[in-house]
Amino acid sequence: MLLIPCPWCGDRDETEFHYGGQAGVPYPERPAELSDEDWGEYLFVRDNPKGPFAERWSHAAGCRRWFSIVRDTATHEIVR
Amino acid sequence: MSEHPDRLWRNPEPRSGYDVVIVGGGGHGLATAYYLAANHGIRRVAVLEKGWLAGGNMARNTTIIRSNYLWDESAAIYEHALKLWEGLSAELDYDILFSQRGVLNLAHTLQDVREGTRRVNANRLNGVDAQWLDPDEVRKFCPIVNTSPDVRYPVLGATLQPRAGIAKHDHVAWAFARKADELGVDLVQGCEVTGFLKDGNKVVGVETNLGPIGAGRVGLAAAGHSSVLASLAGVRLPVQSHPLQALVSELLEPVHPCVVMSNHVHVYVSQAHKGELVMGAGIDPYNSYAQRGSVHVIEQQMAAALELFPIFARAHVLRTWGGIVDVTPDASPIIGPTPVDNLFVNCGWGTGGFKATPASGWTYAHTLATGKAHPLNAPFALERFTTGALIDEHGAAAVAH
Repeated sequence: MLLIPCPWCGDRDETEFHYGGQAGVPYPERPAELSDEDWGEYLFVRDNPKGPFAERWSHAAGCRRWFSIVRDTATHEIVR
Repeated sequence: MSEHPDRLWRNPEPRSGYDVVIVGGGGHGLATAYYLAANHGIRRVAVLEKGWLAGGNMARNTTIIRSNYLWDESAAIYEHALKLWEGLSAELDYDILFSQRGVLNLAHTLQDVREGTRRVNANRLNGVDAQWLDPDEVRKFCPIVNTSPDVRYPVLGATLQPRAGIAKHDHVAWAFARKADELGVDLVQGCEVTGFLKDGNKVVGVETNLGPIGAGRVGLAAAGHSSVLASLAGVRLPVQSHPLQALVSELLEPVHPCVVMSNHVHVYVSQAHKGELVMGAGIDPYNSYAQRGSVHVIEQQMAAALELFPIFARAHVLRTWGGIVDVTPDASPIIGPTPVDNLFVNCGWGTGGFKATPASGWTYAHTLATGKAHPLNAPFALERFTTGALIDEHGAAAVAH
């Protein structure tokens, strides 16, 4: 069970949250110029590191706001 | 329980080079090695395992075997697996305790009923045995399921695949390992791949903690760690690693005649040969390589199990554990070449790799031997994430992932 630090509500149980996957994946700047390979990469490929991972969480059962944290996927330690 | 053979396998030091090096000594890696030798006559093969043989997901799965998938591509590969399962004890000369006791996939909502009946029809069109059972027929087939209408999600029916069932996972791994070894394959344990030897864009071997090992072709079969390995070769895979938990009860008298799965209330239950109730659910939502998950997932799964099986109310949980599964965007595996020459990948089986073990090995061996896809694994290549020809099996994958 993860104890997740919501920036607005403080530490809360994982069951209050919804997971959003990798943080900082921008929408393509010039989508019309993307190749099929680039679209496939944007839609389907995300980082999957064993170690620190910047990810999105939504405090779905609390303030309902989205935020990013960095969590170590090998140890579950929340780095920042 | 059946007797084990006297001899299992050698424990060799790695040679300086092989025709094929397989990274990962789980079920899929071992099956691939066996079929490389048995079907293709390629015996200069090594399976490199960083831990011990079949000690990862193969030791952690819930052993369910079925081929009741929706789409033609999946039905073809999983049904090929099921046909191989039916002859595997004889072929490998080792009783894998394959028990075709039938798998029920319960429906609890009108949408479940529609999805289930559609899948029964799709299965039959693909030559896969499938039936639709109404609640009375469910009760006759599995008397311990609560088919009362007075529960939150009553059983409205179920799909049944009579030829589906379970096998003894350890025996499966040991049987493939023993036969592969007998055919000359080197099974090297305690050997971790730390990098790839490359000549331009071509892989020519692997770096390991036991030194460099040359390879004509390298096949990854590392399940949850596939993207970590592939990244060492500069390849990004469309997979995310998640914990998947399972648990067993204490040993009980035989009470559960089949396998019951429920997508909607999210639990699957069977009874192992020794008597444990084996239960699983969906993946934990977050990425993780820690082989454990969160307890609330188990709580929800147990709540669902108790509503479906009131008879289990006094059973004790004996053990819980987690494995790391590699999940793809369309809940279907990836088998085929990578952008790096001579480097191949077999991954993305998510929550359902065990049932595919023989067909995964069969088709991957073909790909590693010939450099080309077998007709059964051609649709499962990496290119589908560029072409958009996805094989969306989120429904038939049977648990959320």
